[in-house]
Formats: sequence, structure tokens, C-alpha cells
Amino acid sequence: MQDAVLLSRIQFGITAGFHFLYPPMSIGLSILLIYMEWKFLKTGEKIYEQITKYFVKVFALIFGVGVATGVVMEFEFGTNWATYSRYVGDIFGSPLAIEAIFAFFLESAFLGILLFGWNKVSPRFHFFSTIMVSLGAILSAFWIIVANSWMNTPTGYKLVYNVVNGVKIERAVITDFWTMVFNPSTMERFEHVISACFLTGAFLVLSISAYWLWKKIDVEHAKKTMKMALFLAVFSSLTQLFSGHHSGIGVYKHQPAKLAAYEGHFKTAPGNLYTFGWVDEKNQKVYGVDLPGFLSYLVFFDPKEPLIGINDIPPVERPGKPPVKENPPIQVAFQSYHLMVTLGLLMIAISIIGLFYLIIGKLFKTKWLLALFIPSFILPHTANMAGWIATEVARQPWAVQNILLTREAVSNQVWFSLIMFTSIYLMLGVLFIYLMFKKIKQGPASVS
Amino acid sequence: MELNVVWFLLLAVLFGGYAVLDGFDLGVGMIHLGLKSDIERRTSINAIGPVWDANEVWLITAGGALFAAFPDVYATLFSGFYTPFMLFLLAIIGRAISIEFRSKVESAGWKKTWDVVFCLSSFLIVSILGISLGNIITGIPIYQDKEYAGTLYTLFRPYAIMTGITSLLLIRMHGKIFLAMKTEGELQQKIAKGINASLVLFVISYIIHGAWTIIMYPGVTKNFVIFPVWFILPAFIILSIIVIPGFINSRLYYRAFIASCAIIVFCIAIIAINIYPNLVISNPNPENSLTIFNSASSTKTLMIMFIVACIGIPIMLVYKILIYRIFRGKVKIDNMSY
Repeated sequence: MQDAVLLSRIQFGITAGFHFLYPPMSIGLSILLIYMEWKFLKTGEKIYEQITKYFVKVFALIFGVGVATGVVMEFEFGTNWATYSRYVGDIFGSPLAIEAIFAFFLESAFLGILLFGWNKVSPRFHFFSTIMVSLGAILSAFWIIVANSWMNTPTGYKLVYNVVNGVKIERAVITDFWTMVFNPSTMERFEHVISACFLTGAFLVLSISAYWLWKKIDVEHAKKTMKMALFLAVFSSLTQLFSGHHSGIGVYKHQPAKLAAYEGHFKTAPGNLYTFGWVDEKNQKVYGVDLPGFLSYLVFFDPKEPLIGINDIPPVERPGKPPVKENPPIQVAFQSYHLMVTLGLLMIAISIIGLFYLIIGKLFKTKWLLALFIPSFILPHTANMAGWIATEVARQPWAVQNILLTREAVSNQVWFSLIMFTSIYLMLGVLFIYLMFKKIKQGPASVS
Repeated sequence: MELNVVWFLLLAVLFGGYAVLDGFDLGVGMIHLGLKSDIERRTSINAIGPVWDANEVWLITAGGALFAAFPDVYATLFSGFYTPFMLFLLAIIGRAISIEFRSKVESAGWKKTWDVVFCLSSFLIVSILGISLGNIITGIPIYQDKEYAGTLYTLFRPYAIMTGITSLLLIRMHGKIFLAMKTEGELQQKIAKGINASLVLFVISYIIHGAWTIIMYPGVTKNFVIFPVWFILPAFIILSIIVIPGFINSRLYYRAFIASCAIIVFCIAIIAINIYPNLVISNPNPENSLTIFNSASSTKTLMIMFIVACIGIPIMLVYKILIYRIFRGKVKIDNMSY
């Protein structure tokens, strides 16, 4: 049984992680596409037409893989987490169904026009379709974040007990829809994820534009795309910082064990903010470079205010079950959280430097900066993965915070599917990268 | 009418809608390797290009709705049918990727590979869904605690395989009619020529399947016996079957397509009526069946989701119909096509 839990967790991690490489690119790129197409509509210039149509094709590739890997997610709760599905389905199923009805239909229907409707509808209607695809994608992010946030800060529910065929069944049912939807962490996490998506799209286009400038491919096009991507990067890296801050405060309020895990905070005391470090879980120490009291300052605006240590968090009581006093894996939580924050700060720095060079008119000719930008698309992706690992690992051992343990939530037979997904996704990832690189080698002027 | 019953109907509509719409995408996939030239294959993929993704979403929505309204059924079905379902997901991934990747590299080998993937994954999807449908009709072993009690091999019993074959033949015909409708010239003639033969194959299979059902699983049709008015459904199916050859020979492909859609819709309807009020029949031990009453979410959730559906589905229908209208007519390949 333990075997099935671990394998199912790994499988979910792989399928969700691989999937989450694509929607952020789709969402971020869709924002830039709206701007590109708007410029084309406004100015009528061929350069903007080429840029738009070029990135529509890039978008199609990304969206396609996103859909292919996304279908798996919809059903993986049923296949591998059947007990979870029975237990919280009354509540958790709704945002998923709503995501399909309102968001998936919207984005997929108008995608047809976006990709294939250029010669069939008016330019205005096509532009409207681009906006609808973006809206659909963002709505999709919203509803899935609603579901995931509910797992972390569940509200708007109650536990009920039924006896069916002589078997006592316990499950969670909804008491208030809007309380469930706007549970304590929904909005902060939604802001944070959307910022991350914008950032991912921005850096994708930044990297591609830098490559073109470096290789002197379609330089005029590249200058325009670089500029728009840079502005989005600066904007969203800063909003990311603020939403991250709000999320952090929220996490302390509702999931103190998580924040304690993030910073290796074992004993109740004023909290130190680590820039980097290594957690010695056995001796309950962190070796690293820290800013004393800074964590308390971020949460309370008072560096002397104690934060609860992970040792002092009371066991969770559940009616009819033994109390649970288990820590999440602290080292993993600490490292992934710090990786995310470091990358976030790095992205702010790079985008602001880029903006400065743009303002002084030297951006497109400064080789070392271009060289820095070319591989930078990897930064948001790594930060996204690190952030998700941090938040989902640090809520362990809970599948739904304080209600259902992960090991209670699982189904059964996992080796075959784990191997299948791993190998298929590896192959898919390689193919995707190959096709992207091939596309990028020709610039937008190749669009007729 | 009780919410549970309303949701049974909504689910039938969602699965039925999926079968009709993604049905033609899958049917096109199934005949793909029968088309020989690159231009023919590009044409057929572009015939479904703008709409296949939104069609697939009907299945996602049906799955999500199942999760929200009947979470026990969602859990039992997907964990119980685990291995076939994973193969199904593999095929879904394969189909999506093959459509998107096929034309991206100008190499015959690359294109051929994705052509094979496109065709095989379409076959696999329909087979698995058809076999699952066969199991839904007759029932599967369920434990008292609602978990699946059988093995992988239980699912591959002969009746289920027969349902799979019948589904394959129906969907193949459906795809051919769609493609005949969307193409012109030589390609259209080539495809249209084979339609009546496909229809005959389907009809033979359907008759065998129907007889098998009634003879070997008489309990399945009890709802028809209680409410004979439902016999109108098989009557409509027969009517739809009869008119197709006439339409095909007169080149009225759009009408033939409507008739084909009708056949699929009525087949799903018959299955829905057969299993009502069960969703997953337990066979043996019918007292363990998952019904729309014992496997449902709370009334509150059903009501919330009902309101969501009342708002969301009409809106969706409006823009979907709008978009189908935009893409009506013959397939034309241009520089933005697949």
C-alpha cells in the first residue's frame, strides 16, 4: 500500500509537472499575442502581421502539447486517487467541471479561429477570438487554482457520515459554494500563478528575440518583440514579488507548518530569512546565510515577533482518528522554496537591467546582455517547478490540509502507468524542444 | 424532476455529444491510412483541424461533470478500468500530438510516422470506449464498498469486444460521411464510394450485437418493456440507416451526415435508458450497483452544478455553432493550415 502511495505521488508529480511547463507559456504568450495583434490592427504594418502570425504558430505548438498532457490530469484523480475522489468529490469535482464548461470550451472553440480563421472572419473578429482564447486559458487557471487552494485551505465544507450497505462512509460535502471558491488562499495563489504565467511567456519571447538579435535574423522584428516581452517581464516579475509576499503572509496564517518548513524554522522564536542554506533535520538546525528576524519582519512588520516553530505546531485532531503530528519533508521544502525566490529575484534583476539598457538605447547591441537573455527562458520554468514542489511538498502529509492524509487517498496499480507516462513525456519533451528550435531558426519575416 | 435524474440526462447529453462530435474526428483518423497522397492526408487533417480540440473537450466536460455529480462512479470507473484507461490516455495524447506535429517537418518519414500514430490512436480510442460501453451495458463486478471487484480480463469479455467492434464500424462510417461532406473532387468521390459498404458492415454488426444483447442479457432491456414508448428510438435508428444510401447516391452528404449523427445519438440514448437508474451496474450482485441515487454528490452540489450547466452550456452552444458556421464548406489548404 505504501508502495502505491509513493508511486502515485511520483506519477502525479511527473504528469502535473510536465503539464505545467505548457499552460504558463500559453497564457503568457497569449497576452503578448493580444498586444501584437492589436498593433497590427492599429498600424496595418506587415511587420506586425508577420510577428503575430509567427507567434500564433508557436502558440499552437505549445497549446497542443498542453492539451495532450492536460487531459491526463482531469482523469488522474479518478485513476490513482479514487479514495480522494470519493471523499472530497462533492466539493472538488465542481471547480473541475466548471473549468471544463467555462474555460476549456471557450479556449478550444476560439482556438479554431485563432489558428485557421484568418481568411474566414473579419480582422476584428479574429482579434476578439485571440482575446477569448487568452480569457479561456486564464479562467482555466483560475478554476484549477480554486481546486488546489481548497486542498490547502479548505473552507465551505462539513464532514458527514453515512452508512451504505453496512459500511460506514465518511466524506466531505459542500456547505457554501462561494466560501469554497474564495477560500483563504485562492486569490493570492491565483495572482501568484498568473504572474508566473506572464513571466514565463515574457521570458520565452525574450529568449527567442535575443537569439534572433544575436544571429541577426529578422532584426527589426526581433527588436519589437524584445521590447514588448521586456515590459511584460519587468511588470510581472514585480507583481510576482508582491503576490509572493502576500502568499507568504497567508501561508503563515493558515498553514504555519508550511512556512516553518520553507525556512527550516524548528523552534518557536523570531524567524530568520535564509538566503540559502542546508537543513540538518536530525539536529534541527539550518546551516546557511540568514538575515536575522527578517522573516518575522515580513510577516508581522516586527523582527522580534516569534513565529511558531514546526515542533510546536499542535497535532491535528480528527474525530474518530488518531491525532496526526508529522512534519513535511523539510529539506525538499526549504531548497525548492529558496530556489524559487532566488530565481524570482534574478528575473527582476535581469529584466530591470534589460529595461535600463533599452532606455539608454543600447539593448539590441549589447552582446553580453543578449547572451544572458538567450537561455533565460529556463528561469521561470525552473521557478515554477520549484514553487509547486515547495507548496505541495510542504503541505504533506496532508492531501487536504487537516482533513485527509495523502496516504489515505490513493487507489491501486501504478508501475505500468508510471513507466508509460515517464517514457512518453520524455519523448514528447524532446520532440517539443526539437520543433521549437526548428521554428525559432527562421524568424517571423518568413511568414508570407 | 429530481436533480439526480436531471444529471443523468445531462451526462447522457455530454457523452452523446462527445460521441457525435469527436466521433467524426476519430472516424477521419481511422480511415487516414487509407488515403495515400500527402495532399489527401493534409486535407483530411485540416477538415477536422479547427474543431477537433473543442470536440474533445466534451469528453473532458463529461468526465468533470461525472466527478462533480457522481464522484463514486468517477472513482470506481477510472480506478477499476485503470489499465485500459491509461492506454486510452496514451491514445488521446498520441492523437493530439500527431495532428499538431505532422506537418512541422518536411520529411516523408516524419509525416508517415505521425500518420500511423494518428490512425492507430484513433482506432485505440474508439476500441477502448466501445469495449467500456459494452461493460457498462452488462455490468461489472462491484464490491459492497463500491470498488471494482474484477480484473483486467473481466473487461475484455466477448460481448464487450462485440460492442467495441460495432462502435468502430459506426464511427468509421461517421468519419467517412463527414469527410465526404467536407471535401471535393476526386478525394470526395473516393471516400463516398466506400460509405455504403461501411454502412452495411455496421448494420450487420449492429444486428448481431442487438440480438446478442436481447438473447444473452434479457434484463438489460427491461426499461423498454416497462415503457414501450421507447421503442421509437430503435425505429428512428432504422429510419436513419435506411435513408443514408439514398442520400449518398444523390450526393446529399450533409443530410447523410445528419442521419449518421442521429444513429449515434439514438444508440447512446438507448444505452442510457437501458441502464437507468444505474450508472455502473454490478453484475453479479446487482444490489451493489452504483445508481444515480447512491453515488451522487449532495443535493447542494447537484444544484450548484445544475445552475453552472444552465448558464455555461447554452453559452457554449452559441459560440460553438457560430464557429462551425464559420468553418462550413469545403476544406481549403492555405499557409496557416496544418
